[in-house]
Amino acid sequence: MMLIREFELRCMQAYQDKKIGGFCHVYIGQEAVAVGTIAATEAKDPIVTAYRDHGHALARGMDPKHCMAEMFGRIGGCAKGKGGSMHMFDRANNLFGGHGIVGAQIPLGVGLAFATKYEDEVINGGKSNRVTLAFLGDGAMNQGSVHEAMNLAGLFDLPVIIICENNGYSMGTSISRGTTMGHKIVSKAAGYGMEGVEVDGMDVVETYGAMKQLVDRVRETSRPIFVDMKCYRFKGHSMSDPRKYRTREEEEHYEQGDPILVLKTQLESRGFTDDQFKGIQRDVRAEVRGAVEWAEASPIPPTSDLYRDVYREKWGPYTGSSDPEMLGGAEKPCDSPAIDPKADLL
Amino acid sequence: MANLNLVQAINLALIQEMEKDERVLILGEDVGVNGGVFRVTEGLHARFGARRVVDTPLAESGIIGTSIGLAMAGLRPIPEIQFDGFLGPAYDQICSHAARMRTRTRGAFTVPLTIRVPVGGGIHAPELHSDSPEAIYSHQPGIKVVMPSSPYDAKGLLISAIRDPDPVIFFEPKRVYRAFREEVPEDEYTIPIGKARVVCEGTELTVVSWGASVLQCMQSIEKSSRSIELIDLRTIFPMDLEAIETSVKKTGRCVVVHEAPRTGGMGAEVAAQIMERCFLYLEAPVQRVTGFDTIMPYYKLELNYMPDASRITGAIEDLFAF
Ligand SMILES: Cc1ncc(C[n+]2csc(CCOP(=O)(O)OP(=O)(O)O)c2C)c(N)n1
Ligand SMILES: [Mg+2]
Repeated sequence: MMLIREFELRCMQAYQDKKIGGFCHVYIGQEAVAVGTIAATEAKDPIVTAYRDHGHALARGMDPKHCMAEMFGRIGGCAKGKGGSMHMFDRANNLFGGHGIVGAQIPLGVGLAFATKYEDEVINGGKSNRVTLAFLGDGAMNQGSVHEAMNLAGLFDLPVIIICENNGYSMGTSISRGTTMGHKIVSKAAGYGMEGVEVDGMDVVETYGAMKQLVDRVRETSRPIFVDMKCYRFKGHSMSDPRKYRTREEEEHYEQGDPILVLKTQLESRGFTDDQFKGIQRDVRAEVRGAVEWAEASPIPPTSDLYRDVYREKWGPYTGSSDPEMLGGAEKPCDSPAIDPKADLL
Repeated sequence: MANLNLVQAINLALIQEMEKDERVLILGEDVGVNGGVFRVTEGLHARFGARRVVDTPLAESGIIGTSIGLAMAGLRPIPEIQFDGFLGPAYDQICSHAARMRTRTRGAFTVPLTIRVPVGGGIHAPELHSDSPEAIYSHQPGIKVVMPSSPYDAKGLLISAIRDPDPVIFFEPKRVYRAFREEVPEDEYTIPIGKARVVCEGTELTVVSWGASVLQCMQSIEKSSRSIELIDLRTIFPMDLEAIETSVKKTGRCVVVHEAPRTGGMGAEVAAQIMERCFLYLEAPVQRVTGFDTIMPYYKLELNYMPDASRITGAIEDLFAF
């Protein structure tokens, strides 16, 4: 959690310094959700999320260097610098993104779970028992694709946990203004034949405990579950959000329940000291500073990279008359962007 | 007259149409209290109230589908989609319903709908926030596609779009939003849909463009010693073929410039129309300067993706060297 917090603070700073462009949605306040849920999974369990994704990537074990380099639009990023903040992918760690279209990742998550079931029943004949976690926001609950996917998951008995990170806001629209049954969105699960559970996402110990049980259960039953994960985003929706839609008092109220402080207090009763806390803080600071330096040293993608990864064939058969010759054509496609030995990420 | 940028000009057009006609209403994600992602609808919620400036749930298909129903019932909804890439979830409603309703019902029902959508790159945003999908919607009969490049045009075109009896997608180039100001009459005026604007006259070569790319074309033309005519299409579909034909018959050379991917882009349509209409007048083949047939990249590469003045100048010189 402290790594994520520090990472996000540095992202905000880098954004202000114009080192990060476009959009940047930070996870500050919600750290316990990614950490508590993902800790309850095994590395083989697929994860898919939306655009507020740095926390999930780090919790899943992505090297902060690759995460930061992606933010900076550099080759060393997990999407080779062509995706940015919303596009955290990590094949090795079974993180299937990071997606910018709100809600669209939920059908993907259901598909990942469908794959598990299919492989088990048709190909393996055994049980791989993977449990997919598919995250979405409370605002995303209003997208049609989410409901199509929930119906499918319920109908086909797919091993997926759909986790609604209910921070109460969809940009500037509070859940009560945008969502029916906003005070109890868990009730939506019943309509899709799913169990629905409410979990406190501001207390990582509770989050983990509840999720561990749910993950274990889905591994056994292959039945989908919907989780209403109560949380709060401490910062604006993105970097340019004056937060006029909520009061400072409300923010302060939730800040008192800062998940990092909550855990710290819990640990203190078991002998955790301030020095230990400061030690962790020093460590994560050094790690994130290192990530920033590494990201800055990573090259900007060459122009020829525009054409990479559109099709498996380098330019693809269908690119018509549009080729990089138009740009002078001097540059060669960049074949070895890796600076870090952890090449599977790149 | 007021000195307005594109955002203010659109805002003014919305206010005036809403004041004039109670059937006009605005809906979309955070368009009300927040005034929209780009603050284009700022102040309208306070002015017209929550009934006429409606904050919707996050649901593009629902927003557009509902707007179609509103329009079929005789109202004049102006839904906003926050970014070009989010048209995806609404595509079905736009192309399966809005576009076809008049034909399907043989004129019994119509859809007077104006969908406002910020479009294009240049603001350091990633894919889905930087796309230029005008060709996709121009290829769907039944929809009109408009893309102004200046505050003056934006106001006049938007008013026309709102009053138009058929569905219009009104693309607002976000790179131009606050790029410059110009004099915009405070009185209402309309600019007809389907009419191009000759930005500057010339005799040796025609540049056809639209949206934010028009600005890059102007930069290139300013530096050129040749006599170049620049046509801003303003409406992508129905296209002002007469304006193109008249100009190219005069100049004999044409470069088309757009930000969208090249293959199947509207530049191809312009080139084909010129072949059909102006073949014997041509001194050189029509050239296209476009985005590439790839997904819009994240920001370190976006300037390489979008046509810039030097690429346009290169194409112009190629034509004179032909
Ligand atoms: C289809 C689509 N529509 C709109 C957006 C713009 N948008 C991005 S995030 C967001 C709000 C999402 O809220 P929520 O799902 O609660 O997630 P949170 O930001 O709270 O994490 C909106 C409207 C988008 N990315 N995709
Ligand atoms: Mg939310």
